[in-house]
Amino acid sequence: MPEITLVEAVTQALAYEMQNDPNVVVMGEDVGKDGGVFRATQGLLDKFGSQRVLDTPLAESMIGGMAVGMAIRGLKPVAEFQFMGFIYPAMDQIINHAARIRNRTRGRLTCPVVFRAPFGAGIHAPEHHSESTEALFAHIPGLRVVIPSSPRRAYGLLLAAIRDPDPVIFLEPSRLYRFAKQEVNDDGNALPLDVCFTLRTGQDVTLVTWGAMVKETLAAADKLNDEGVSAEVIDVATIKPLDIETILASVEKTGRCIIIHEAPLTGGVGADIVALVAERALFTLKAPPVRVTGFDTIVPYARMEKYYIPSEKKIMNAVHRLMEFT
Amino acid sequence: MLNIGIKKDEKGVLEVKIIERFEVAYYQYLNEESHLTHDFPALAHDIQSLLQLYRLMVLVRTMDTKAIALQRTGKLGTYPSTRGQEAVFVGVGHAMQKNDIYVPYYRDMGTLIQRGVKLSQILLYWGGDERGNVFGNESNDFPFSVPVGSQPLHAVGAAYAMKYKKEKGAVVSMCGDGATSQGDFYEAMNVAGMWKLPVVFIICNNQWAISVPRDQQTATPTLAQKSIAAGFIGEQVDGNDIIAVQHRTVEALKSAREKGEPRLLEMVCYRQHDHTTADDASRYEPKDRREQEWKKEPVARLRHYLEQQNAWSEKQEELLRAECALEVDEAVKEYQGMPSQPLESMFDYLYAQLPKAYSEQRHMLKEMEEDLRHA
Repeated sequence: MPEITLVEAVTQALAYEMQNDPNVVVMGEDVGKDGGVFRATQGLLDKFGSQRVLDTPLAESMIGGMAVGMAIRGLKPVAEFQFMGFIYPAMDQIINHAARIRNRTRGRLTCPVVFRAPFGAGIHAPEHHSESTEALFAHIPGLRVVIPSSPRRAYGLLLAAIRDPDPVIFLEPSRLYRFAKQEVNDDGNALPLDVCFTLRTGQDVTLVTWGAMVKETLAAADKLNDEGVSAEVIDVATIKPLDIETILASVEKTGRCIIIHEAPLTGGVGADIVALVAERALFTLKAPPVRVTGFDTIVPYARMEKYYIPSEKKIMNAVHRLMEFT
Repeated sequence: MLNIGIKKDEKGVLEVKIIERFEVAYYQYLNEESHLTHDFPALAHDIQSLLQLYRLMVLVRTMDTKAIALQRTGKLGTYPSTRGQEAVFVGVGHAMQKNDIYVPYYRDMGTLIQRGVKLSQILLYWGGDERGNVFGNESNDFPFSVPVGSQPLHAVGAAYAMKYKKEKGAVVSMCGDGATSQGDFYEAMNVAGMWKLPVVFIICNNQWAISVPRDQQTATPTLAQKSIAAGFIGEQVDGNDIIAVQHRTVEALKSAREKGEPRLLEMVCYRQHDHTTADDASRYEPKDRREQEWKKEPVARLRHYLEQQNAWSEKQEELLRAECALEVDEAVKEYQGMPSQPLESMFDYLYAQLPKAYSEQRHMLKEMEEDLRHA
């Protein structure tokens, strides 16, 4: 079995589901002939034709609103926003319509749409190409927010997202698009949504993260292991709805909890996890739950972006501080 | 015509080449005096259909008056009146076929009731109950859309799905004049023209977007011409003339269904009421304007025509009004008799299946229902 990258796993999942379900339609800017600016839709136009792979005009609200209309009428659009920073014109369509149509019609109409977007910093892109604003979507009732962090999870979670009967925001960490290769079985098996994945078990501290930060977190866990600190690493994967049970079970075991995300601190999803841990597991904790996150600043442009992204060192420092509590 | 300031030389020859010219047609078949103009369609002599349209307009106006009264007495929420705009909604609804799809905005009754929506459901919606959007079991129509101008995009999505699945029919998108200033409105027309989608965009131009008049939305003399930039025909229609409204919509739908050519129809009418019951138009509407415009209103215009044709009498009018009042009373009774939804229903349609993460909140609400209801 050949090893593939995360972005190739996205393409593979799209191709599988388009073959499997004639109602799946891919749409977005440059997704056709060009195969997407990251090549996530490469080859799909040749395979499935222009009726199913739509190079849309350059209008994000249109992509969002049209996908809503298509989904309501029985298609399964997988719409790509070229970068997360360009999703905002479609927020009205996503929040006011995609997320609400089932509720507004008491289940008469539904919106099985997937909105895909690359997100996060670290690829030396121009401004507006490096955002991590997943918390905006995690706040909206009716949405699912799913974030893969490996080729296998990209494949399995994207299949699950397309098959899900409700709207899914599927955010792909662009920093990991070509970071590592993995064998991915193209068997059409989806991975479960709404659950965390425990990537590494440990006894001393629980590291909770998602997206591109999984990379730094796993690297930190490796080094900590050399120091004799055993870290459990949880990839949240679906940040809305949140599988807090898996996190609580781990925290109850380790007594220490650190949430790591690239997004800014204030109002981030980490705040919710800390709150839930405090509400439900405070007395099992040995140390206060803490967050290691991006700063409350605009993501800096390429020359400084690496100083913005939480580093392996920053994660390790936080663990060291927490290990002082016994 | 816009004067684009092109000069001619001494021989009268243009100094630049004109590469495109555009025209916008205006349609009116039944004029302000209820006389037929030239080239009128067969509908003008189809008395049975006209009687049906007339009946619907009277029913809608009776219901509208009742809805306002219900709101004033605390029995209905904020309600947007359709008074003066009856011909637009009734005419469009009449022109549509069963397998077409309707994508309404929030102001409408006349189209909806012809699409199988019960008057009591419309009241239910404005009475603050999501079930008002359920429409009929068979309905593929979209629900009321409140965010102004966002729904034409759903119409093009639905039209794309229709074309993709080779379904017969077309989609009708309805919005008001204010919505034409929204980017989504242009984005929708742009793709409809580019992909040749079976969709008809209708603007109910009632001259007001809450307090902002039509001439403060755009400098263009018509809203119909907004389609020119999207590459398809836009027409202006006398929205107080139900014959023109119905006929132009039939023609536009035909073009959309058969040729995949979208159209834009601007129905010119006048809002004969405040924006909604929460609004007070006396703050901004010129004093005599409503009265002036009332001379053109659509219900009387058709009635006078029917009378001229000896197809309508005072006696029939009396009977019809009584009949409509009765139908409206029945609808009000049905609306008021609808029991409230269980509180936990606010969780039950968020997702196909409520995620575990929210089941505790649902349970908590259910447990508290008794207390909350009696607090």
